[in-house]
Amino acid sequence: MIQIIQSYGALLSIAMGQTLLLALCGLFFGCILGVIFGLSSVVDHKVSRAIAKVYVNLIRGVPMIVLAFFVFYGIPYGIKTILGIKFTFTALQAGTLCLALNCGAYMSEIIRAGIQSIDPGQMEAARSLGLSYWRSMFKVVLPQAIKNMIPSIVNQFIITLKDTSILSVIGFPELVNKAQNVIAITFKSFQTWAIVAVMYLVVILALQQVANSLERRLSRDRER
Amino acid sequence: MTGKDNVKVHVKSLKKSFGQNHVLKDISIDIHEGEVVCVIGPSGSGKSTFLRCLNRLEQASSGEIVVDGYHIDDKKIDINKVRENIGMVFQHFNLFANMNVLDNLMLAPVDLKKATKEEARNKAMELLKTVGLADKADSFPSQLSGGQKQRVAIARALAMSPDIMLFDEPTSALDPEMVGEVLSVMKQLAKDGMTMVVVTHEMGFAREVAHRVVFMDDGVILEEGTPDEIFSNPKNPRTIDFLNKVL
Repeated sequence: MIQIIQSYGALLSIAMGQTLLLALCGLFFGCILGVIFGLSSVVDHKVSRAIAKVYVNLIRGVPMIVLAFFVFYGIPYGIKTILGIKFTFTALQAGTLCLALNCGAYMSEIIRAGIQSIDPGQMEAARSLGLSYWRSMFKVVLPQAIKNMIPSIVNQFIITLKDTSILSVIGFPELVNKAQNVIAITFKSFQTWAIVAVMYLVVILALQQVANSLERRLSRDRER
Repeated sequence: MTGKDNVKVHVKSLKKSFGQNHVLKDISIDIHEGEVVCVIGPSGSGKSTFLRCLNRLEQASSGEIVVDGYHIDDKKIDINKVRENIGMVFQHFNLFANMNVLDNLMLAPVDLKKATKEEARNKAMELLKTVGLADKADSFPSQLSGGQKQRVAIARALAMSPDIMLFDEPTSALDPEMVGEVLSVMKQLAKDGMTMVVVTHEMGFAREVAHRVVFMDDGVILEEGTPDEIFSNPKNPRTIDFLNKVL
Protein backbone atom coordinates (compact mmCIF):
# COMPACT_ATOMS: atom_id res chain seq x y z
CA MET A 1 0.00 0.00 0.00
CA ILE A 2 2.81 2.38 1.00
CA GLN A 3 4.62 1.42 -2.14
CA ILE A 4 1.67 2.34 -4.33
CA ILE A 5 1.25 5.67 -2.60
CA GLN A 6 4.93 6.39 -3.05
CA SER A 7 5.02 5.42 -6.70
CA TYR A 8 1.61 6.52 -7.88
CA GLY A 9 0.44 9.04 -5.27
CA ALA A 10 1.25 11.99 -7.47
CA LEU A 11 -0.49 10.44 -10.45
CA LEU A 12 -3.62 9.65 -8.43
CA SER A 13 -3.63 13.16 -6.92
CA ILE A 14 -3.53 14.69 -10.38
CA ALA A 15 -6.36 12.35 -11.36
CA MET A 16 -8.34 13.57 -8.34
CA GLY A 17 -7.69 17.11 -9.58
CA GLN A 18 -9.19 16.12 -12.94
CA THR A 19 -12.16 14.57 -11.16
CA LEU A 20 -12.77 17.82 -9.28
CA LEU A 21 -12.32 19.87 -12.47
CA LEU A 22 -14.90 17.75 -14.28
CA ALA A 23 -17.28 17.85 -11.32
CA LEU A 24 -17.01 21.65 -11.10
CA CYS A 25 -17.65 22.09 -14.82
CA GLY A 26 -20.61 19.72 -14.66
CA LEU A 27 -22.03 21.36 -11.54
CA PHE A 28 -21.62 24.87 -12.94
CA PHE A 29 -23.56 24.19 -16.12
CA GLY A 30 -25.84 21.77 -14.31
CA CYS A 31 -26.89 24.48 -11.87
CA ILE A 32 -27.63 26.85 -14.74
CA LEU A 33 -29.75 24.19 -16.46
CA GLY A 34 -31.38 23.36 -13.14
CA VAL A 35 -32.40 26.95 -12.46
CA ILE A 36 -33.69 27.48 -16.00
CA PHE A 37 -35.74 24.28 -16.13
CA GLY A 38 -36.72 24.43 -12.45
CA LEU A 39 -38.26 27.87 -12.93
CA SER A 40 -39.73 26.79 -16.27
CA SER A 41 -41.62 24.04 -14.53
CA VAL A 42 -43.39 26.37 -12.06
CA VAL A 43 -44.32 29.36 -14.25
CA ASP A 44 -47.84 29.76 -15.56
CA HIS A 45 -46.93 28.82 -19.13
CA LYS A 46 -47.91 25.42 -20.51
CA VAL A 47 -45.24 25.14 -23.21
CA SER A 48 -42.32 25.93 -20.91
CA ARG A 49 -43.65 23.49 -18.30
CA ALA A 50 -43.97 20.80 -20.97
CA ILE A 51 -40.42 21.36 -22.23
CA ALA A 52 -39.04 21.12 -18.70
CA LYS A 53 -40.97 17.92 -18.09
CA VAL A 54 -39.71 16.29 -21.29
CA TYR A 55 -36.13 17.20 -20.42
CA VAL A 56 -36.35 15.82 -16.89
CA ASN A 57 -38.08 12.61 -17.95
CA LEU A 58 -35.66 12.04 -20.81
CA ILE A 59 -32.56 12.39 -18.65
CA ARG A 60 -34.01 10.48 -15.72
CA GLY A 61 -34.96 7.64 -18.03
CA VAL A 62 -31.51 7.11 -19.54
CA PRO A 63 -28.55 5.76 -17.54
CA MET A 64 -25.65 8.19 -17.55
CA ILE A 65 -23.25 5.63 -18.97
CA VAL A 66 -25.51 5.35 -22.03
CA LEU A 67 -25.69 9.14 -22.25
CA ALA A 68 -21.89 9.29 -22.06
CA PHE A 69 -21.42 6.76 -24.89
CA PHE A 70 -24.10 8.50 -26.94
CA VAL A 71 -22.55 11.95 -26.56
CA PHE A 72 -18.91 10.90 -26.98
CA TYR A 73 -19.26 8.26 -29.72
CA GLY A 74 -22.81 8.52 -31.05
CA ILE A 75 -23.12 12.24 -31.77
CA PRO A 76 -19.81 12.66 -33.67
CA TYR A 77 -20.63 9.54 -35.72
CA GLY A 78 -24.14 10.82 -36.42
CA ILE A 79 -22.87 14.22 -37.51
CA LYS A 80 -20.30 12.63 -39.78
CA THR A 81 -22.84 10.29 -41.35
CA ILE A 82 -25.60 12.85 -41.85
CA LEU A 83 -23.72 16.07 -42.49
CA GLY A 84 -20.41 14.68 -43.69
CA ILE A 85 -18.53 16.93 -41.25
CA LYS A 86 -15.76 15.61 -39.04
CA PHE A 87 -16.62 16.53 -35.48
CA THR A 88 -15.26 15.31 -32.15
CA PHE A 89 -15.69 16.13 -28.50
CA THR A 90 -12.75 16.12 -26.11
CA ALA A 91 -13.43 13.84 -23.17
CA LEU A 92 -13.74 16.92 -20.93
CA GLN A 93 -16.34 18.50 -23.21
CA ALA A 94 -18.37 15.34 -23.52
CA GLY A 95 -18.02 14.65 -19.79
CA THR A 96 -19.12 18.15 -18.85
CA LEU A 97 -22.10 17.92 -21.17
CA CYS A 98 -23.22 14.57 -19.71
CA LEU A 99 -22.78 15.65 -16.11
CA ALA A 100 -24.46 19.00 -16.70
CA LEU A 101 -27.46 17.43 -18.44
CA ASN A 102 -27.77 14.84 -15.72
CA CYS A 103 -27.23 17.17 -12.77
CA GLY A 104 -29.47 19.83 -14.37
CA ALA A 105 -32.41 17.46 -14.57
CA TYR A 106 -32.23 16.50 -10.92
CA MET A 107 -31.52 20.08 -9.84
CA SER A 108 -34.55 21.33 -11.71
CA GLU A 109 -36.69 18.83 -9.80
CA ILE A 110 -35.17 19.99 -6.51
CA ILE A 111 -35.87 23.63 -7.40
CA ARG A 112 -39.40 22.89 -8.59
CA ALA A 113 -40.24 20.96 -5.44
CA GLY A 114 -38.62 23.65 -3.28
CA ILE A 115 -40.70 26.41 -4.82
CA GLN A 116 -43.89 24.38 -4.70
CA SER A 117 -43.34 23.63 -1.02
CA ILE A 118 -43.88 27.32 -0.22
CA ASP A 119 -47.46 28.26 0.64
CA PRO A 120 -49.05 29.84 -2.48
CA GLY A 121 -50.43 32.49 -0.12
CA GLN A 122 -46.93 34.01 0.03
CA MET A 123 -47.00 34.66 -3.71
CA GLU A 124 -50.60 35.92 -3.57
CA ALA A 125 -49.84 38.36 -0.79
CA ALA A 126 -46.87 39.80 -2.69
CA ARG A 127 -48.90 40.03 -5.91
CA SER A 128 -51.80 41.71 -4.08
CA LEU A 129 -49.43 44.52 -3.05
CA GLY A 130 -48.58 45.20 -6.69
CA LEU A 131 -45.30 43.29 -7.04
CA SER A 132 -44.79 41.52 -10.36
CA TYR A 133 -44.57 37.73 -10.58
CA TRP A 134 -40.77 37.74 -10.79
CA ARG A 135 -40.25 40.36 -8.06
CA SER A 136 -42.50 38.29 -5.80
CA MET A 137 -40.55 35.19 -6.73
CA PHE A 138 -37.14 36.71 -6.00
CA LYS A 139 -38.08 38.74 -2.93
CA VAL A 140 -40.49 36.41 -1.15
CA VAL A 141 -40.74 32.87 -2.52
CA LEU A 142 -37.16 31.96 -3.48
CA PRO A 143 -35.47 33.13 -0.26
CA GLN A 144 -37.73 30.74 1.63
CA ALA A 145 -37.52 27.96 -0.94
CA ILE A 146 -33.72 28.01 -1.18
CA LYS A 147 -33.42 27.40 2.54
CA ASN A 148 -35.49 24.24 2.15
CA MET A 149 -33.58 23.16 -0.94
CA ILE A 150 -30.06 23.30 0.47
CA PRO A 151 -29.84 19.75 1.90
CA SER A 152 -31.07 18.28 -1.40
CA ILE A 153 -28.73 20.49 -3.42
CA VAL A 154 -25.74 19.39 -1.34
CA ASN A 155 -26.82 15.80 -1.84
CA GLN A 156 -26.97 16.35 -5.59
CA PHE A 157 -23.48 17.92 -5.55
CA ILE A 158 -22.13 14.79 -3.91
CA ILE A 159 -23.91 12.51 -6.37
CA THR A 160 -22.57 14.53 -9.30
CA LEU A 161 -19.04 14.38 -7.89
CA LYS A 162 -19.30 10.60 -7.64
CA ASP A 163 -20.89 10.35 -11.08
CA THR A 164 -17.67 11.64 -12.64
CA SER A 165 -16.34 8.11 -12.14
CA ILE A 166 -18.75 6.90 -14.84
CA LEU A 167 -16.94 9.10 -17.33
CA SER A 168 -13.86 6.91 -17.01
CA VAL A 169 -15.54 4.88 -19.77
CA ILE A 170 -14.98 7.61 -22.35
CA GLY A 171 -11.32 7.90 -21.36
CA PHE A 172 -11.43 11.02 -19.26
CA PRO A 173 -8.33 10.85 -17.03
CA GLU A 174 -10.17 11.07 -13.72
CA LEU A 175 -9.53 9.02 -10.63
CA VAL A 176 -11.15 5.70 -11.57
CA ASN A 177 -9.66 5.79 -15.04
CA LYS A 178 -6.16 6.34 -13.67
CA ALA A 179 -6.63 3.77 -10.92
CA GLN A 180 -7.31 1.19 -13.62
CA ASN A 181 -4.01 2.17 -15.26
CA VAL A 182 -2.19 1.73 -11.96
CA ILE A 183 -3.70 -1.73 -11.47
CA ALA A 184 -2.80 -2.69 -15.02
CA ILE A 185 0.85 -2.04 -14.13
CA THR A 186 0.99 -3.23 -10.51
CA PHE A 187 -1.79 -5.88 -10.35
CA LYS A 188 -2.53 -4.62 -6.81
CA SER A 189 -6.25 -4.04 -7.09
CA PHE A 190 -7.11 -4.33 -3.37
CA GLN A 191 -4.66 -1.62 -2.33
CA THR A 192 -5.36 0.66 -5.25
CA TRP A 193 -9.16 0.61 -4.92
CA ALA A 194 -8.87 1.11 -1.18
CA ILE A 195 -6.73 4.19 -1.72
CA VAL A 196 -9.18 5.51 -4.34
CA ALA A 197 -12.14 4.92 -2.04
CA VAL A 198 -10.46 6.83 0.80
CA MET A 199 -9.64 9.71 -1.55
CA TYR A 200 -13.28 10.05 -2.60
CA LEU A 201 -14.43 9.75 0.98
CA VAL A 202 -12.11 12.52 2.22
CA VAL A 203 -13.18 14.96 -0.48
CA ILE A 204 -16.87 14.28 0.06
CA LEU A 205 -16.63 14.55 3.85
CA ALA A 206 -14.90 17.90 3.41
CA LEU A 207 -17.66 19.06 1.06
CA GLN A 208 -20.24 17.91 3.60
CA GLN A 209 -18.54 19.98 6.32
CA VAL A 210 -18.66 23.13 4.19
CA ALA A 211 -22.31 22.48 3.43
CA ASN A 212 -23.18 21.94 7.08
CA SER A 213 -21.68 25.24 8.19
CA LEU A 214 -23.42 27.03 5.31
CA GLU A 215 -26.72 25.52 6.35
CA ARG A 216 -26.19 26.49 9.97
CA ARG A 217 -25.40 30.06 9.00
CA LEU A 218 -28.51 30.35 6.84
CA SER A 219 -30.82 29.09 9.53
CA ARG A 220 -29.25 31.51 12.02
CA ASP A 221 -29.71 34.49 9.69
CA ARG A 222 -33.33 33.91 8.98
CA GLU A 223 -35.06 32.27 11.85
CA ARG A 224 -38.62 31.46 11.06
CA MET B 1 -63.72 56.41 -15.15
CA THR B 2 -67.27 55.31 -14.68
CA GLY B 3 -69.44 58.35 -14.99
CA LYS B 4 -70.60 58.40 -11.39
CA ASP B 5 -67.41 59.67 -9.81
CA ASN B 6 -67.89 58.25 -6.34
CA VAL B 7 -68.35 54.65 -7.48
CA LYS B 8 -65.18 52.83 -6.39
CA VAL B 9 -66.12 49.33 -7.45
CA HIS B 10 -68.45 48.60 -10.31
CA VAL B 11 -69.25 44.97 -11.06
CA LYS B 12 -71.65 43.92 -13.78
CA SER B 13 -72.71 40.38 -14.75
CA LEU B 14 -69.57 38.85 -13.25
CA LYS B 15 -69.32 35.13 -13.94
CA LYS B 16 -66.59 32.76 -12.86
CA SER B 17 -66.33 29.03 -13.45
CA PHE B 18 -63.66 26.49 -12.66
CA GLY B 19 -64.25 23.97 -15.43
CA GLN B 20 -67.82 22.73 -15.07
CA ASN B 21 -68.11 24.26 -11.62
CA HIS B 22 -69.93 27.60 -11.89
CA VAL B 23 -68.86 29.45 -8.75
CA LEU B 24 -70.17 32.91 -9.60
CA LYS B 25 -73.34 33.24 -11.65
CA ASP B 26 -74.08 36.78 -12.66
CA ILE B 27 -72.98 39.10 -9.86
CA SER B 28 -73.65 42.83 -10.16
CA ILE B 29 -72.92 45.43 -7.50
CA ASP B 30 -71.71 49.02 -7.16
CA ILE B 31 -69.68 50.07 -4.14
CA HIS B 32 -69.23 53.74 -3.35
CA GLU B 33 -66.32 55.65 -1.91
CA GLY B 34 -66.09 55.32 1.85
CA GLU B 35 -68.63 52.53 1.94
CA VAL B 36 -68.17 49.41 4.04
CA VAL B 37 -69.77 46.37 2.46
CA CYS B 38 -69.90 43.08 4.31
CA VAL B 39 -70.45 39.94 2.28
CA ILE B 40 -72.00 37.09 4.22
CA GLY B 41 -73.23 33.66 3.25
CA PRO B 42 -72.61 29.95 3.69
CA SER B 43 -69.26 28.29 2.82
CA GLY B 44 -68.86 27.60 -0.86
CA SER B 45 -71.25 30.35 -1.86
CA GLY B 46 -68.53 32.15 -3.85
CA LYS B 47 -67.86 35.03 -1.44
CA SER B 48 -64.08 34.66 -1.49
CA THR B 49 -63.97 34.06 -5.23
CA PHE B 50 -65.97 37.25 -5.75
CA LEU B 51 -63.48 39.18 -3.61
CA ARG B 52 -60.50 37.67 -5.40
CA CYS B 53 -61.92 38.68 -8.76
CA LEU B 54 -61.81 42.32 -7.66
CA ASN B 55 -57.98 42.39 -7.79
CA ARG B 56 -57.70 39.63 -10.35
CA LEU B 57 -56.19 37.02 -8.08
CA GLU B 58 -58.87 35.09 -9.92
CA GLN B 59 -59.49 35.90 -13.55
CA ALA B 60 -63.21 36.44 -14.13
CA SER B 61 -64.74 34.23 -16.83
CA SER B 62 -66.93 37.06 -18.08
CA GLY B 63 -68.48 40.31 -16.98
CA GLU B 64 -67.31 43.82 -16.26
CA ILE B 65 -65.24 44.81 -13.21
CA VAL B 66 -64.16 48.41 -12.77
CA VAL B 67 -62.17 49.25 -9.66
CA ASP B 68 -60.95 52.77 -9.09
CA GLY B 69 -61.59 53.56 -12.74
CA TYR B 70 -59.52 50.61 -14.05
CA HIS B 71 -61.12 47.84 -16.06
CA ILE B 72 -59.84 44.79 -14.18
CA ASP B 73 -61.30 42.45 -16.81
CA ASP B 74 -59.21 44.10 -19.54
CA LYS B 75 -56.18 41.87 -20.08
CA LYS B 76 -54.15 44.79 -21.44
CA ILE B 77 -54.08 46.87 -18.25
CA ASP B 78 -51.05 46.77 -15.97
CA ILE B 79 -52.64 44.81 -13.15
CA ASN B 80 -49.65 45.40 -10.87
CA LYS B 81 -50.22 49.15 -11.06
CA VAL B 82 -53.91 48.69 -10.21
CA ARG B 83 -53.16 46.38 -7.30
CA GLU B 84 -50.99 49.06 -5.67
CA ASN B 85 -54.27 50.79 -4.91
CA ILE B 86 -56.18 47.75 -3.67
CA GLY B 87 -55.08 46.39 -0.33
CA MET B 88 -55.93 42.81 0.55
CA VAL B 89 -56.02 40.96 3.85
CA PHE B 90 -56.11 37.17 3.80
CA GLN B 91 -57.66 34.59 6.06
CA HIS B 92 -54.27 33.02 6.73
CA PHE B 93 -52.39 36.35 7.06
CA ASN B 94 -49.69 35.37 4.53
CA LEU B 95 -47.03 37.46 6.18
CA PHE B 96 -43.68 37.03 4.42
CA ALA B 97 -41.99 34.41 6.58
CA ASN B 98 -38.48 35.36 5.49
CA MET B 99 -38.71 38.95 6.77
CA ASN B 100 -39.32 40.66 10.06
CA VAL B 101 -42.43 42.75 10.64
CA LEU B 102 -40.84 46.03 9.56
CA ASP B 103 -39.54 44.54 6.31
CA ASN B 104 -42.96 43.04 5.64
CA LEU B 105 -44.37 46.56 5.69
CA MET B 106 -41.51 48.17 3.78
CA LEU B 107 -41.06 45.65 0.96
CA ALA B 108 -43.76 46.84 -1.45
CA PRO B 109 -43.42 50.63 -1.01
CA VAL B 110 -39.63 50.47 -1.43
CA ASP B 111 -39.58 47.85 -4.18
CA LEU B 112 -42.21 49.69 -6.21
CA LYS B 113 -40.44 53.00 -5.59
CA LYS B 114 -43.44 54.50 -3.85
CA ALA B 115 -41.18 55.76 -1.08
CA THR B 116 -37.56 55.97 -0.06
CA LYS B 117 -36.36 53.55 2.59
CA GLU B 118 -36.49 56.30 5.18
CA GLU B 119 -40.04 57.36 4.30
CA ALA B 120 -41.21 53.76 4.18
CA ARG B 121 -39.68 53.05 7.57
CA ASN B 122 -41.34 56.08 9.14
CA LYS B 123 -44.69 55.22 7.64
CA ALA B 124 -44.33 51.58 8.69
CA MET B 125 -43.57 52.54 12.27
CA GLU B 126 -46.53 54.88 12.30
CA LEU B 127 -48.85 52.15 11.00
CA LEU B 128 -47.50 49.67 13.51
CA LYS B 129 -48.29 52.19 16.23
CA THR B 130 -51.88 52.54 15.04
CA VAL B 131 -52.36 48.76 15.13
CA GLY B 132 -50.63 48.66 18.51
CA LEU B 133 -47.59 46.65 17.50
CA ALA B 134 -44.73 49.16 17.37
CA ASP B 135 -42.75 46.98 19.79
CA LYS B 136 -42.91 44.03 17.37
CA ALA B 137 -41.15 45.76 14.46
CA ASP B 138 -38.12 43.48 14.71
CA SER B 139 -40.02 40.26 15.38
CA PHE B 140 -40.48 37.56 12.79
CA PRO B 141 -44.00 36.45 11.85
CA SER B 142 -43.46 33.07 13.53
CA GLN B 143 -43.02 34.86 16.86
CA LEU B 144 -46.44 36.56 16.72
CA SER B 145 -49.88 35.37 17.76
CA GLY B 146 -52.61 35.03 15.16
CA GLY B 147 -54.24 38.31 16.09
CA GLN B 148 -50.90 40.11 15.96
CA LYS B 149 -50.15 38.57 12.56
CA GLN B 150 -53.43 39.77 11.15
CA ARG B 151 -52.92 43.29 12.50
CA VAL B 152 -49.48 43.34 10.86
CA ALA B 153 -51.08 42.09 7.63
CA ILE B 154 -53.56 44.98 7.73
CA ALA B 155 -50.73 47.43 8.34
CA ARG B 156 -48.78 45.89 5.46
CA ALA B 157 -51.68 46.47 3.09
CA LEU B 158 -52.10 50.03 4.38
CA ALA B 159 -48.41 50.77 3.81
CA MET B 160 -49.20 51.14 0.11
CA SER B 161 -51.86 53.78 0.94
CA PRO B 162 -54.60 51.94 -0.94
CA ASP B 163 -57.98 53.47 -1.77
CA ILE B 164 -59.82 50.22 -1.23
CA MET B 165 -59.30 47.38 1.19
CA LEU B 166 -60.46 43.82 0.59
CA PHE B 167 -60.78 41.50 3.58
CA ASP B 168 -61.10 37.77 2.97
CA GLU B 169 -62.47 36.25 6.20
CA PRO B 170 -59.86 38.11 8.25
CA THR B 171 -60.87 36.58 11.58
CA SER B 172 -61.81 33.03 10.56
CA ALA B 173 -58.41 31.54 11.38
CA LEU B 174 -58.11 33.26 14.76
CA ASP B 175 -58.64 32.00 18.27
CA PRO B 176 -61.84 33.56 19.67
CA GLU B 177 -60.03 35.82 22.14
CA MET B 178 -58.01 37.39 19.31
CA VAL B 179 -60.92 38.28 17.06
CA GLY B 180 -61.68 41.48 18.95
CA GLU B 181 -58.28 43.11 18.48
CA VAL B 182 -58.45 42.63 14.71
CA LEU B 183 -62.03 43.83 14.42
CA SER B 184 -61.26 46.98 16.38
CA VAL B 185 -58.47 47.85 13.93
CA MET B 186 -60.93 47.33 11.08
CA LYS B 187 -63.55 49.43 12.83
CA GLN B 188 -61.11 52.30 13.14
CA LEU B 189 -60.28 51.96 9.46
CA ALA B 190 -63.96 52.15 8.57
CA LYS B 191 -64.37 55.20 10.77
CA ASP B 192 -61.50 56.88 8.91
CA GLY B 193 -63.49 56.56 5.69
CA MET B 194 -61.77 53.64 3.96
CA THR B 195 -63.74 51.88 1.24
CA MET B 196 -63.93 48.29 2.45
CA VAL B 197 -65.25 45.02 1.13
CA VAL B 198 -65.30 42.45 3.90
CA VAL B 199 -66.10 38.78 3.51
CA THR B 200 -66.90 37.71 7.03
CA HIS B 201 -68.69 35.39 9.40
CA GLU B 202 -68.64 38.04 12.14
CA MET B 203 -72.30 39.06 12.15
CA GLY B 204 -71.76 41.43 15.07
CA PHE B 205 -69.13 43.31 13.10
CA ALA B 206 -71.31 43.41 9.98
CA ARG B 207 -74.25 44.74 11.98
CA GLU B 208 -72.22 47.39 13.73
CA VAL B 209 -69.83 48.63 11.04
CA ALA B 210 -71.22 47.81 7.60
CA HIS B 211 -73.17 50.35 5.60
CA ARG B 212 -74.50 47.56 3.48
CA VAL B 213 -74.71 43.81 3.95
CA VAL B 214 -74.75 41.47 0.98
CA PHE B 215 -76.01 37.91 1.34
CA MET B 216 -74.57 35.48 -1.20
CA ASP B 217 -75.52 31.89 -1.80
CA ASP B 218 -74.67 29.49 -4.61
CA GLY B 219 -72.90 32.11 -6.70
CA VAL B 220 -75.55 34.82 -6.68
CA ILE B 221 -76.42 37.81 -4.53
CA LEU B 222 -79.76 36.84 -2.99
CA GLU B 223 -80.36 39.87 -0.86
CA GLU B 224 -78.68 43.14 0.05
CA GLY B 225 -79.53 46.06 2.26
CA THR B 226 -78.62 47.94 5.40
CA PRO B 227 -77.56 45.77 8.34
CA ASP B 228 -80.90 46.50 9.92
CA GLU B 229 -82.84 45.32 6.88
CA ILE B 230 -80.82 42.13 6.55
CA PHE B 231 -80.51 41.14 10.19
CA SER B 232 -83.82 42.34 11.63
CA ASN B 233 -86.05 41.93 8.65
CA PRO B 234 -84.64 39.47 6.09
CA LYS B 235 -86.97 38.70 3.19
CA ASN B 236 -85.40 35.85 1.26
CA PRO B 237 -86.15 32.45 2.86
CA ARG B 238 -82.55 31.33 2.40
CA THR B 239 -81.27 34.46 4.16
CA ILE B 240 -83.67 33.76 7.02
CA ASP B 241 -82.53 30.14 7.15
CA PHE B 242 -78.83 31.13 7.14
CA LEU B 243 -79.24 33.80 9.80
CA ASN B 244 -81.18 31.39 12.02
CA LYS B 245 -78.24 29.00 11.88
CA VAL B 246 -75.47 31.50 12.64
CA LEU B 247 -77.08 33.96 15.03
